[in-house]
Amino acid sequence: MTDIAIVGAAQTGYRRRIDDANFSEMVYEVTSGALADAGLSIDDIDNFITVSNDFWDGRTISSMAVQDACGSSYQGGRNVSTVEGDGTFGLLYGMMRILSGAYKTTLVVVHCKGSEGNMRQITNGMFDYIYTRPLGIEATAAAAMQARCYMDRYGLTEEDFAHVSVKNRGNARLNPHAQLAAEMTIEDVMTSKMMAAPLKIHDLSPISDGAAAVILADRNTASKLGRKPVWIKGIAHCSEAHYLGDRDLAEAPALRDAAHRAYGMAGVENPFEEIDVVELYDAYSYMEPLWLEELGFCPRGKGGELTRLGATAFDGPVPVNPSGGVLSAHAVLVAGLARVIEATLQIRGEAGERQVEGPVELALAHGINGPCGQSHCVVILGE
Amino acid sequence: MSVHLEENIFYDGRIRMPYKWAVGKTGSFFLTQLRDHARIWGSRCPDCEMVFMPPRKNCPRCLVTDTTWVELPPRGVLETFTVVHFNEPSLQPMKPPYIYGIVKLDGADTGLTHLVNEIEPDSLWPGMRMEAVFKKANQRRGEITDLLYFRPEGGARQ
Repeated sequence: MTDIAIVGAAQTGYRRRIDDANFSEMVYEVTSGALADAGLSIDDIDNFITVSNDFWDGRTISSMAVQDACGSSYQGGRNVSTVEGDGTFGLLYGMMRILSGAYKTTLVVVHCKGSEGNMRQITNGMFDYIYTRPLGIEATAAAAMQARCYMDRYGLTEEDFAHVSVKNRGNARLNPHAQLAAEMTIEDVMTSKMMAAPLKIHDLSPISDGAAAVILADRNTASKLGRKPVWIKGIAHCSEAHYLGDRDLAEAPALRDAAHRAYGMAGVENPFEEIDVVELYDAYSYMEPLWLEELGFCPRGKGGELTRLGATAFDGPVPVNPSGGVLSAHAVLVAGLARVIEATLQIRGEAGERQVEGPVELALAHGINGPCGQSHCVVILGE
Repeated sequence: MSVHLEENIFYDGRIRMPYKWAVGKTGSFFLTQLRDHARIWGSRCPDCEMVFMPPRKNCPRCLVTDTTWVELPPRGVLETFTVVHFNEPSLQPMKPPYIYGIVKLDGADTGLTHLVNEIEPDSLWPGMRMEAVFKKANQRRGEITDLLYFRPEGGARQ
């Protein structure tokens, strides 16, 4: 349990291309949205975290290019710091800056436009330039090798993964922010265009534009606001080795470790029983069952079964990605903070049509960065 | 600010940035041995005794620096693979479909990500024995692609 709460949140709609707004304009939209949601004004924010990636933005120090829009240059400038990684890492950093005692509130804002660069060239750039990058490998081919490894280890099938796409794209129909929403069949996924075997196009998240922001506050400030605070009960971030070949790709020890630490902070002992809703970073369909295993929702190798049996369905015992997940909208970096926002809305009971049944007292949000989920952030949110 | 919008303007840009990356002593030995002798070397940690491929100056697990060189045979086991079907000519080393795999060389504890060739994708399976195919001596330039690809041990299988 920490003394930090999420008191405001906003996200853009996620679209294949947001034609009529540049980075700053997207950041302004979610900044003003989060302030309005919190019932705060820019005068109340004393610390800022901007999250972005220079390769995606096509400029250096991209995180410092949105200051006019996020309010950190307000009245001659406020304290601002930056993260290049998933939005959940920005959340963790923002939380720690408040815990330092120097700040009462923090705005964390993240933006990305997948439409403006070349996703494959950009993700090729995350590999080392000596041994790996010259091979031309990028995010999807690397993910496909992880999917194969996972299938082979535990006997999962491509159909197991197709179930995830069908579920999440189906859930997305209830989420006005989602980019891809569809009623699909297993056959639709199985017969969709092969991209990097065993992954087909419906196993892949889309390329998206979007931005998201949250406002964090210390206990004293959060308690004075009219809105119900959503507390960060547990949070941890762990990372694995850089080289793909150093890792056992059928497992995600960094996620296991992050979950263990976050559960410890939050006092969670049995996640399946205690957590009411999960928002995961499913950049590819196979990731959802694999991440669920490492998060302790089922034994190793049983993630596919969990989905097939409907345990993770919208009306199942543990709804996973009722928003449609990353498979339905994938603004890189933004997607992790979007998971946090979706979990926050569920706890507030303000998720609209995508609100899951029953009181949501405890929710899990998750972000990743790097090839094949190299680093993971697990966030436990609660009332 | 209200405007009558006639069109959204887009700006086409391209960033060309030259770099000259130092490979470092460890990588330089690996690459010169690959270039000059078509030989592959890994690094062994004196503490955990794990053999890393590609070689590291320090053990990534124990963080000790006095790693030693171990020559590895150009043969090993395919751990996982993918057949790439999508087209991205700006990036791809050959026309799809083509194959990436992770091969654990005999005696190494970590796998090397590389290309796989001379086999029909349907005939590939994880656990398959593989061997390295090198560029001809006069074409090798001290790059990881001096190792052209891995193929099934014993030669092509089509």
